[in-house]
Amino acid sequence: MRKEYLKTIKGMENQMLEMALKSEESIEKAMKSLISRDLELAKKVVDDDIIINNMEIQIEMDVIRLLTLENPVARDFRRVSSVFKIITDLERIGDLAVNIAKLSIEIGEEDFIKPLVDLPRMYEMVREMLSNSLKAFVENDMNLAIKVAEKDDIVDDLHLQINEELLQMISKNSEIINQAMKLMFISRYLERIADHVTNICERIIYIETNEVSKHEF
Amino acid sequence: MDYQEQINIKKIKKEKTNINKKQNNYTFEISRKRINNRILLNNILKKVFSLSTVFALLVLGLLFYRIAIDAKGWIDLQFLTSNLSIFAEKAGIKGAIIGTVWLMLIVAPITMSIGVITAIYLEEYAEKNKLSAFLKVNISNLAGVPSVIFGLLGLTVFGRLMNLGSSILAGGLTMSLLVLPIIVVSSQEALKSVPSYMKEASYALGADKWTTIRKVVLPVALPGILTGSILSLSRAIGETAPLVVLGIPTLIMKYPTSAMDNFTALPIQIYYWTLDAVLTREYANLAAATIVVLLAILFLMNSIAIIIRNKFQKRY
Amino acid sequence: MKTEEIVFDVKKLNLWYGENHALKDIEFKIMKNEITAIIGPSGCGKSTFVKTLNRMTDNVSIARTEGEVLYHGRNIFDEKLRVEELRTKVGMVFQKPNPFPKSIFENVVYGPRIHGIKDKKVLMEIAERSLKHAALWDEVKDRLNDNAYGLSGGQQQRLCIARCLAVEPEVILMDEPTSALDPIATNKIEDLIEDLKKEYTIVIVTHSMQQAARISDKTAFFLMGDLIEVDRTDVIFTNPRDQKTEDYITGRFG
Repeated sequence: MRKEYLKTIKGMENQMLEMALKSEESIEKAMKSLISRDLELAKKVVDDDIIINNMEIQIEMDVIRLLTLENPVARDFRRVSSVFKIITDLERIGDLAVNIAKLSIEIGEEDFIKPLVDLPRMYEMVREMLSNSLKAFVENDMNLAIKVAEKDDIVDDLHLQINEELLQMISKNSEIINQAMKLMFISRYLERIADHVTNICERIIYIETNEVSKHEF
Repeated sequence: MDYQEQINIKKIKKEKTNINKKQNNYTFEISRKRINNRILLNNILKKVFSLSTVFALLVLGLLFYRIAIDAKGWIDLQFLTSNLSIFAEKAGIKGAIIGTVWLMLIVAPITMSIGVITAIYLEEYAEKNKLSAFLKVNISNLAGVPSVIFGLLGLTVFGRLMNLGSSILAGGLTMSLLVLPIIVVSSQEALKSVPSYMKEASYALGADKWTTIRKVVLPVALPGILTGSILSLSRAIGETAPLVVLGIPTLIMKYPTSAMDNFTALPIQIYYWTLDAVLTREYANLAAATIVVLLAILFLMNSIAIIIRNKFQKRY
Repeated sequence: MKTEEIVFDVKKLNLWYGENHALKDIEFKIMKNEITAIIGPSGCGKSTFVKTLNRMTDNVSIARTEGEVLYHGRNIFDEKLRVEELRTKVGMVFQKPNPFPKSIFENVVYGPRIHGIKDKKVLMEIAERSLKHAALWDEVKDRLNDNAYGLSGGQQQRLCIARCLAVEPEVILMDEPTSALDPIATNKIEDLIEDLKKEYTIVIVTHSMQQAARISDKTAFFLMGDLIEVDRTDVIFTNPRDQKTEDYITGRFG
């Protein structure tokens, strides 16, 4: 029984989950700042991103250390190498949350060109996807991972829908183009976050099946 | 596990190591006392052991001294080359030396050939079952049987039954019986000392049992077998009881020229001269001189055995 | 597609050491020109299995076997088969290097000599060829008459390999050949094994999973006398089928 080794792997996974929680928080705060016009909150998201970046570096060093010294094989190896890839996605998610927060700051005190309904709805879906993907990782639930990945299509459709709507609004009233563009970007960022969550789900499936190919969901 | 739990566990561990440190100081003092006692014990034992060695050497030295005193002046070329005579000054042990050599010429080939072959059979070929274990135990028991019993056996079988009387053949065959178990046992030990991984290497190359024995086991065991044989023969040279029982005389008319002739041997000379020393004082000197010669031969043989053993002492 | 030739076909092999059931219903195929590694915890039967392949288990009086081991279709337990002949085709290298206390030359030519080759020239050729094959020739060519015990551990092991190669076997069985050697000697021998694979079929028992992963094509996992799993080495170490295999290679036990 390699006690220390197993503890190290578990510790590494826990660190990754902590990083995931931080990324989740970033998106939450960013969207909240957008909806409730809390510019202080948005600024906090931008400032706190460095924490997420440092966590990625730390976990990466731990993974490299474990791979070289402990020689994990089979499932252990898949777990550790997946952590290595997932932290990249999580760090990107953190960056995307920062992008949303920055746009929220730029929109500032402006009135919304339309009541925000779809964006919050999209955020809800993405939030649920991320939360469930982490649950699937912890519980080794491949089916849940598949279900989450399948939701990506719906998020993509929602993004197209929001785009359509905003483009139509712009064609009717060109003065709103500034904010409309920003809202379109926010929608795009949320869609990218969903893509990264799908990557995480791919990793979970790889751990279970040892297959690395891109899956069709 | 969350961080709070981890911190609590660290605290408990630290307290444990502190307690151990305190106990260690206490135990350190005890062991010092114990160590000193042990050193004292070691020194005492060392003195006891060397003292007993000195004592043994002293006794041996006393023995040699007594003999040397009596033998002084009596050992010369004339002593070694003349035959017996009523006149003590003119007596020699030439006959005894020739007789002893003849004896060895019979005992050595018989015992070494039969003995080594038996040992090979017991160690390499015999199945490890109760019967072979029984055989082995009995053979090693024979090695401890008093030599006079072998003399009785020889007298009955060789002397009377086969009508060999007290010829060299009778003496040689009797001595062979005496020496055989010893050679078997020592050859067995030499064969056993061949490490099994060496035999395995030979088998793995497709060798059969006899080839392995011939090319691997025997070359390695040979020094041990030789050493054991020489030591066994050196014992045979000095055995008196069987020769006495067989009726080997001390006085022979002519030197032996064939195995059926009568003979005499060094131990017999010592024996009878010692007996008769009561009558003729000089016989004691002659006996002592013969003892010295016999001891010299024994010393030589044992030295050869040890040299062989040391030279071939392998490093595996 | 390369047609693989079966060298050993093991069918329902069982072996008892007295009352101890050491090998249980082993079914296994060993393919030509491959390195097959055998792994498993101590006492799992891996050494016993390999020793059965050249019938070294015959020397253990309490060993009893059932089942078949087909060498190119012939059962090695057939009474008509001479075990000495089998052992010239299936050679063995042991855990502790065990050269004879003879010269280097005599060690290498021991096999050919006992099988009847007397011509000094021929023996010299065999010796040179075998020592070159075992990557030892350059180090000993000037001292062939020196005692083999003067060589280092790694050199002695390569000498044992040369000795084994001299009888031109088809299969080389290796029972933990590097476990008594330092890392550099181990490296040299692993390189040698990978080289030998081109001409020989190699079965290597190893307690080092890294070694099995490094050099073997197929890996077999034994546990308490059972053959749990045998597959291509990359499969065994990335995604084994049996949970017990996975537990062993990830250090959960053993």
